[in-house]
Amino acid sequence: MTRFRWYLAQRLGAAALTLLGVSFIVFLMVRVLPGDPARVIAGVLASEEEVGRIRSQLELDRPLLVQYGIFLGRLAHGSLGVSARTSEPVVREVLGRLPKTIELALASSALATVAGIAAGVIAAAFPYSAFDYLLSLLTLSGVSMPVYWLGLVLIIVFAIDLNWLPAAGAEEAVSIVLPAPTLGAFSLALVARMTRSSVLEVLGQDYVRTARAKGLAERAVLWRHALGNALVPIITAAGLQFGTLLGGAVLTESVFGWPGLGLLLVDSIFARDYPVVQGIVLTFSSLFILTNLLVDLLYAYVDPRIHYG
Amino acid sequence: MSIPASITAERPRARAPSRLGYPLERWRRFRRHRGAVAGLLLLLVLSGLAVAAPLLTRRDPEGQALAQALAPISRAHPLGTDHLGRDMLARLLYGGRLSLLIGVLAVGLGLAVGVPLGAVSGFRGGMTDLVIQRFTDILLSFPGFLLALSLVSVLGVGLQNVVIAVGVGAIPSFVRLVRGSVLSIREEAYVEAAAAIGQRQYVVVFRHVLPNAIAPVIVQATLSLGGAILVAAGLGFLGLGVQPPTAEWGTMLGEGRQYIFRAPSLTTYPGLAIFLAVLAFNLFGDGLRDALDPRMPTR
Repeated sequence: MTRFRWYLAQRLGAAALTLLGVSFIVFLMVRVLPGDPARVIAGVLASEEEVGRIRSQLELDRPLLVQYGIFLGRLAHGSLGVSARTSEPVVREVLGRLPKTIELALASSALATVAGIAAGVIAAAFPYSAFDYLLSLLTLSGVSMPVYWLGLVLIIVFAIDLNWLPAAGAEEAVSIVLPAPTLGAFSLALVARMTRSSVLEVLGQDYVRTARAKGLAERAVLWRHALGNALVPIITAAGLQFGTLLGGAVLTESVFGWPGLGLLLVDSIFARDYPVVQGIVLTFSSLFILTNLLVDLLYAYVDPRIHYG
Repeated sequence: MSIPASITAERPRARAPSRLGYPLERWRRFRRHRGAVAGLLLLLVLSGLAVAAPLLTRRDPEGQALAQALAPISRAHPLGTDHLGRDMLARLLYGGRLSLLIGVLAVGLGLAVGVPLGAVSGFRGGMTDLVIQRFTDILLSFPGFLLALSLVSVLGVGLQNVVIAVGVGAIPSFVRLVRGSVLSIREEAYVEAAAAIGQRQYVVVFRHVLPNAIAPVIVQATLSLGGAILVAAGLGFLGLGVQPPTAEWGTMLGEGRQYIFRAPSLTTYPGLAIFLAVLAFNLFGDGLRDALDPRMPTR
């Protein structure tokens, strides 16, 4: 077995184990609710039959590990139970909202990656210039800014004062113009910071001096030679941010009334619709684990210098 | 056998470094970092305002006066009033007490659980290490805000539960950090020496290993404080944190949101306060890292 295959097997095994652990935590979420979980899930106004139906559906009278086995078995068949509010299958509710969240996360991620790399390269080209200081100020603000406040400020400026863009919803194509930078600001700052430091590092290396010595235009040195060699770790970092963006979407969606999974999660928590809460948490974590795994494997595959393990 | 003179002879007296190295040298390095000094000053101002809240305003942060709802800036109300006629300045000052306190308590919880777990994980190795590492992996697979959100959805809202929900999220970074430090320190000669003279394992860990791993932990704790304040205020913003009428920055932001068209200042002040607090901790933490542990990678 080649070393890469061994590494692949190791990572897949670890990811599977983590997924199993996450599913157990999500399973426990409902079982540790104070009082009678069936009553809590059914709601105060539910009839005894309704409570009984949920109790038997969750098999709450069986031993815990047996309950978990049943939970996993149903999960394997693609069932996450039914919503306590709408009686719809949770899977259908989750899949109905997921595309909107992915759309938002992709837009934010693309924005963060492109703008972050561009800003980072320019700052590295002119270190300690006014632009560099401005960028470090902005990146620092980006990682310190509460997304929910940034969203509100953007609404105040662009939707209320200037009246250029819609304040909420996702009916129009331009509706994404405010939520995407809101969600992406943090990642943008991280990518810009990382690009600046790795490009600066590369610019000090011998082959860059060679490229300059043979008379290449500074632009070609910068964007092709320096950025080209710094790009793999930067793209990796940006990829790892994607999973975080999915989770971070909860607050952004809530600010803009963006009809994605995050908004449904908050609504479901308030409605005590635990089957839906479970389904969404499980979906977010699984996506997070899988995207991170994918990015890590791609990185290991692309970069021959990687230390497996 | 006689002892060589070079060992018994009096050696030049050098001041031994304390556990944090030479404090004066550290301070000099910290002071050179302009951002760090700005962060420290901002931090002192913010916590000073929070601590001195009763001296700075005589208004009750929860005292309603509906007749004066959404009043503009005046002498009586230096920052105006909110939708229930409550004094914004008083709410901001007292809200700062709570927001900062939640951050400190949550990171305290993360430290109290994460540091011993990391130490045990690194020192014991084997099966113990494996179990603890898988446990942190699981905690780390709830992206960003999701772990705290899941926890409050089960535990319920309120101050205590917010501290737990945010604190649990701070555990993994400390476990990883301390485990890494312990793994490298474990191989040092003085640890081997301590074990060789027959000291108990936990004495070796707590007397010799942990004190030498403390610098990165302090840095991480400072940076975590900013993150903890962000998450806690996020819960408050959604209405899942500290409950009204108690003043807390995130909760204020969430309440003010409904009046964003008529009175944007209701969201501007608490938002700015959260931003400044997180900024201060990030600046201070970056400076501390440079001063305490220059080998640590910058973010």
